[in-house]
Amino acid sequence: MPKRTDIRKILVLGAGPIVIGQACEFDYSGTQGCRSLRALGYEVVLLNSNPATIMTDPEFADRTYVEPLIPEIAERIIAKERPDALLPTLGGQTALNLAVSLAKSGVLERYGVKLIGASLEAIETAEDRDLFKKAMERAGMRLPKSGYATTVADAVALGEQLGYPLVIRSSFTLGGQGSGLVHDRRHLREAARVGIAASPNGSILIEECLLGWKEYELEVMRDGHDNVVIVCSIENFDPMGVHTGDSITVAPAQTLTDRCYQIMRDASLRIIREIRIEAGGCNIQFAVHPRTGEMIVIEMNPRVSRSSALASKATGFPIAKISAMLAVGLTLDEIPNDITRKTPACFEPSLDYCVVKIPRWAFEKFRFTDRRLGTRMKSVGEVMAIGRTFPEALLKGWRALESNGGVLPDAVADHEREAVQHAVREPSPDRLRDLFRLLAGGDTPESLSAITGIDPWYLHQMTRITSLDRELRGATWDDATVRHAKRMGFSDRQLALRFGLAETEVRRRRIAAGIVPVMKAVDTCGAEFQAETPYFYSTYEEECEVPEATRPRVLILGSGPNRIGQGLEFDYCCVQAALELKSRGYDVLIANSNPETVSTDYDVSNRLYFEPLTAEDVLNIVDREKPIGVVVQLGGQTPLKLAKALHEAGVPLLGTSFDGLDLAENRSRWRDLVTELGLKQPDSRIAATREETLAMAEQLGWPVLVRPSYVLGGRGMRIVYERSELEDWLAREALISADEPVLLDKFLEGALEVDVDAVADGETVMVGAVMEHIEEAGVHSGDSTCVIPPFTLGDSTVAEIRAITTRLARALGVRGLMNVQYAVRMGDIYVLEANPRASRTVPFVSKAVGIPLARLAARVMVGERLADIRPAETDPRMISVKKPVLPFSRFPGEDALLGPEMKSTGEVMGRDLDFGRALAKAHLGAGDALPLEGNVLLSVRDDDKRSITFMAKKLVELGYGLVATRGTARFLSRNGIPVREVYKVHEGRPHVADLIDNGEIQLVINTPLGRASEYDEQAIRERAVAMSVPVVTTLAGAQVTVAGLEALRRGPLEVTSLQEAL
Amino acid sequence: MKRREAMLALEDGRVFRGEAFGADTETTGEVVFNTAMTGYQEVLSDPSYCGQILTFTYPLLGNYGVNDEDYESDGLRAQGMVCRDLCEVPSNWRSTGTLDGLLRDKGLPGITGVDTRALTRHLRDRGTMRGCLSTLSVNADELVEKARRSPRMEGLALADVVTCTEPYWWGEHGVVTTEPAADRGKPLVVVPDYGVKWNILRCLRAEGFRVRVVPGRTTGEQILALSPDGVLLSNGPGDPEPLDFAIAAARVVSQKVPTFGICLGHQLLGLAFGARTRKLKFGHRGANHPVIDRRTGVVEVTSQNHGFMVDADTLPAGEFELTHFSGNDGTLEGMVHRSLPVLSCQYHPESSPGPHDSRVWFRAFADLVAARIGQPVGGASAPSRASRAAEPVTASRTPSKKG
Repeated sequence: MPKRTDIRKILVLGAGPIVIGQACEFDYSGTQGCRSLRALGYEVVLLNSNPATIMTDPEFADRTYVEPLIPEIAERIIAKERPDALLPTLGGQTALNLAVSLAKSGVLERYGVKLIGASLEAIETAEDRDLFKKAMERAGMRLPKSGYATTVADAVALGEQLGYPLVIRSSFTLGGQGSGLVHDRRHLREAARVGIAASPNGSILIEECLLGWKEYELEVMRDGHDNVVIVCSIENFDPMGVHTGDSITVAPAQTLTDRCYQIMRDASLRIIREIRIEAGGCNIQFAVHPRTGEMIVIEMNPRVSRSSALASKATGFPIAKISAMLAVGLTLDEIPNDITRKTPACFEPSLDYCVVKIPRWAFEKFRFTDRRLGTRMKSVGEVMAIGRTFPEALLKGWRALESNGGVLPDAVADHEREAVQHAVREPSPDRLRDLFRLLAGGDTPESLSAITGIDPWYLHQMTRITSLDRELRGATWDDATVRHAKRMGFSDRQLALRFGLAETEVRRRRIAAGIVPVMKAVDTCGAEFQAETPYFYSTYEEECEVPEATRPRVLILGSGPNRIGQGLEFDYCCVQAALELKSRGYDVLIANSNPETVSTDYDVSNRLYFEPLTAEDVLNIVDREKPIGVVVQLGGQTPLKLAKALHEAGVPLLGTSFDGLDLAENRSRWRDLVTELGLKQPDSRIAATREETLAMAEQLGWPVLVRPSYVLGGRGMRIVYERSELEDWLAREALISADEPVLLDKFLEGALEVDVDAVADGETVMVGAVMEHIEEAGVHSGDSTCVIPPFTLGDSTVAEIRAITTRLARALGVRGLMNVQYAVRMGDIYVLEANPRASRTVPFVSKAVGIPLARLAARVMVGERLADIRPAETDPRMISVKKPVLPFSRFPGEDALLGPEMKSTGEVMGRDLDFGRALAKAHLGAGDALPLEGNVLLSVRDDDKRSITFMAKKLVELGYGLVATRGTARFLSRNGIPVREVYKVHEGRPHVADLIDNGEIQLVINTPLGRASEYDEQAIRERAVAMSVPVVTTLAGAQVTVAGLEALRRGPLEVTSLQEAL
Repeated sequence: MKRREAMLALEDGRVFRGEAFGADTETTGEVVFNTAMTGYQEVLSDPSYCGQILTFTYPLLGNYGVNDEDYESDGLRAQGMVCRDLCEVPSNWRSTGTLDGLLRDKGLPGITGVDTRALTRHLRDRGTMRGCLSTLSVNADELVEKARRSPRMEGLALADVVTCTEPYWWGEHGVVTTEPAADRGKPLVVVPDYGVKWNILRCLRAEGFRVRVVPGRTTGEQILALSPDGVLLSNGPGDPEPLDFAIAAARVVSQKVPTFGICLGHQLLGLAFGARTRKLKFGHRGANHPVIDRRTGVVEVTSQNHGFMVDADTLPAGEFELTHFSGNDGTLEGMVHRSLPVLSCQYHPESSPGPHDSRVWFRAFADLVAARIGQPVGGASAPSRASRAAEPVTASRTPSKKG
């Protein structure tokens, strides 16, 4: 069927901010969707609150609304744009939920908007456990035995009837939020309470536990002509019981016979038909009993998902793109397979390699929460690796994680064996490492399979690795052995360790012996047809498929697995640069290991290398491709850390020189430079021992900002106010040495923090924007709410900041992007740090001011001059607010307090003509909407009490009730402000936390007293997070929040697209 | 485990080194690749692979072991096997042994550790060619020479090699020598065996037929003498053209009773009605080939295994409705006679391995038979799109050696 002509304009919904369970895979799918719909001639209107996304760059849609993904705003956009159709299946659960709400409230009908991609009935049948269960019965499928409960008492009664262990699931939530596994009545009660609270309709599902069953996923697509294809099968390494986002997964399925696989395929066809996915894709999860083969359906998602992104990358079949095309009426046989270009998309990809995905967690940032993995997703990112064997793919994935030095862990020692054996019984982020250790120490695959439920196949494959590694111990170099090890996937670094050589020496000898990898293509068809779209991975075999050079090649290094502090924002920069250079006649090569990203879409570059981002793997690509240079400044810390190895291997870096990077990175060189330029910086010290640290802190004077020397996203960073606090910190961050010193900075209390992003070509410097943080200095810039243009800084200060930025860029010889952080206190401007690389704020700035910074940087890097490009510096009318989104609700037990260590997973942008409304939109977008009415809890430290008087009066004027604990309450009363006094937690009941639990508090303003008296505050913040009540923890934040409340009450919010005048 | 060296040598001089598994022996044959990611046991036991050395594009083979059920004949029919990474320790609840052990037991050589992607690309670009696979020698010159001296597939009547020598019945659990009592009274399908896959027989029986298999050299008249309600011309290995006896039988039976041709059977029908067949450059072998039904636009994802094809242009004009075409290369995949109850498909509606999308062919055949005999076959309701993939594979135990 040709494309639909009754539709002309389509509203596409994005997924909003990056949160755990919903990350940049939806930028990948949304970007693909927007591109393909526009290519088909449709007008695309896009709604997404996340400024870091590539899809929200103005060139990807006709109208781009960076506005909150809420029904009220969506309705405003529909009224304004009058789209013919709404496509919600590319934006994750957020988009699906929003579409359901718009359909149910009659908005779609009122404006004549057709829901495409999935019907309301299909979404509801897939999402509502009860409807789903009935549909599966009609399809002849069994689901786990289960029942619903809306009260804790019902839950317990049902649980006793079904028998423990049990799985608790809450309806309509993403990433399994509000879900969990319970083994006894006590935990069931707790899980039921949390699950019922998390569910929008207040109900939970309690079901039979399939712990230890094998878990599979099939990616299924169906077109309007009822043609169905299975794009990919995925088998989980971890058995049932671990959320698929937290599981190591493998594609295609490894341990199923054709007979069993076809039964699963048949079931998938029946299910997608029964759910009536008329034109789109879905993901279906199955559990298979390891000894009987009995098969049960777990769930299905009627949309693209993290798994479909993985499946697309694993197979070369672009699920999101095809989904969008099916949604507008095309059929699979009408769509060509992009990769072969000759064959149609109505086929099932055949892989001739093995794909392994490994999640990456961020528990080092959330030390107080439960590390065990279960049905609730906790990972923040993932890597994918491709190899011709499972061991090769697993080892490539292992080093792609960038968290283990690229080497295998040591065998378990006898005295630890029992503890480690105990540890692997439960899934945790360390399980893969522990399995390697146990197998290396002589545990058998069978014994480990028995205690973990992991299929022995995987464990046997792992012993191929550990036995070879054992053989290598004490062995000397031998070409045949090295070739064997390289084919198994061993890194040069592992060989270096075993042979007692430097990694560079291993590389030298290996190349001399002709042991070099070849690059093979991912082509969807097992080489049956000639592949046109170049998507490669390395392996140690005979034939290399990289084509001859025709144009100058540029290699851009991506940012690897998403983690807190390094994610989508950097991928944005890589993609922008790639598209820009591609359009300027370069052959752009991208190397990355992250399957969730847009950069690993084979459409973005001229050649995609799905490879770990280690020096070895990158140099292998360089050897084959011989690029004119490598771009290391766009992908965050990951490529930057490779700069040294690349530089030393004689590989040219494009943009800022290695010396420039070092100048900014090296503490003492940097200090000297700042001094030389006559600029101010906080007094600082470097300490190599514990004693030195304490002494230097005393010299600087409290408070002091301390951090380990090499940090990402402020890991381990703390502001300490007194000696005992520093002692505690030192005890925890035990690693101090001359190589790994502690850095101490005098902390500038009460200073304003300012961020600047700029592009420079060595001479000309263009400042993208000066951003003012709302939180005072001390909160990590990634966790700060920031504003463009600055709202309290004077014009002369801003001008001076711009001037300093220019001087710094010239002094560092910046060619490309640079980010500088400043603190401003009493008119003095302090330089905190400068990073000659892309920053987290580049996409936000680009959108706020309408200048594509990363594209300019790319042009500069290949030798163009800003003076020739002459981009216009703009002075936008709109005020843009960037607000972080924090994952505390995922990590019970963790204090929801902001500090110098970054904890946010994503961000939203609020734009409006006035500051209060821009801020209110940012809150709406971040999912902690400011309340229009109700009670505000005030609990502030003594220093702040005076400052809140004005704010408190304003709140009362606006009609909010005030609630406070004794100190604050009495202070307000003395100043004639009406306030209700409540107990602190230890004073009696109902206390302040009870009030939050009871829904009596709509906003919490709590500025912490410091480390000493924290119990109450932590309880307040924890409850507030659990109840989704917004919490403000800084005075500055409180002041602007009140401005936001005021703005909200002035009337409905208006919407403006990026394409309308800035 | 350290394995011996093995070698695959191609007639054009290219050699691939690897490690030996399976039996210590040497074989020659046409080297072909299959892109299915599951079903190596079914593929190796499919008689259509007789005379061929099989390489699998999927690199991990043997993962789920082998079992007593997933056979498509009573032994392994391919000449040898080429892998990238053979699994030594399989895992699956149905597994009763290793792939290595099976090849050793059945006397087939295997080679693993080969850059099978390079081999596949070579065959794709140069066309399928003869090869010699040895687990005894790694003398390249000698093996290339042996490959060159081996017979070409064109003109080989391989059906005689794989056909049964005595007739048999297909019962609930497989091959039986006497008519199964349970099937008495059901319409009879006679299957001349040119290398029939057992799943064709399972599918026919599941459709409600009594299934009798006869040797490939059984003449048309002899077949008709068995009073069949329908005849299924089976799949089989090699070139259809030299099978003059089978072409003659197809000509005879198709005029008299409902006739269904699968793969080689389809080519035999084409030849019987005057068309020509020709060899494809590298064939269609896999489980992901799209076939489009031109009448409805419906796409089936199909299981395929053929090196020859019916040249659609040479079929007598107007006699057949050409119904199915390959989505990949547009070649003819299925046809229905305009006046006779005759239909045929180039691919494998019985799959095994592969998707079950095409089982409708068996129903269509049953419908032709039903129209002929005036009573429904199997009493099953008419096929619908919604249920086309719903039929399970009939489970069957492998019987002892057939006759």
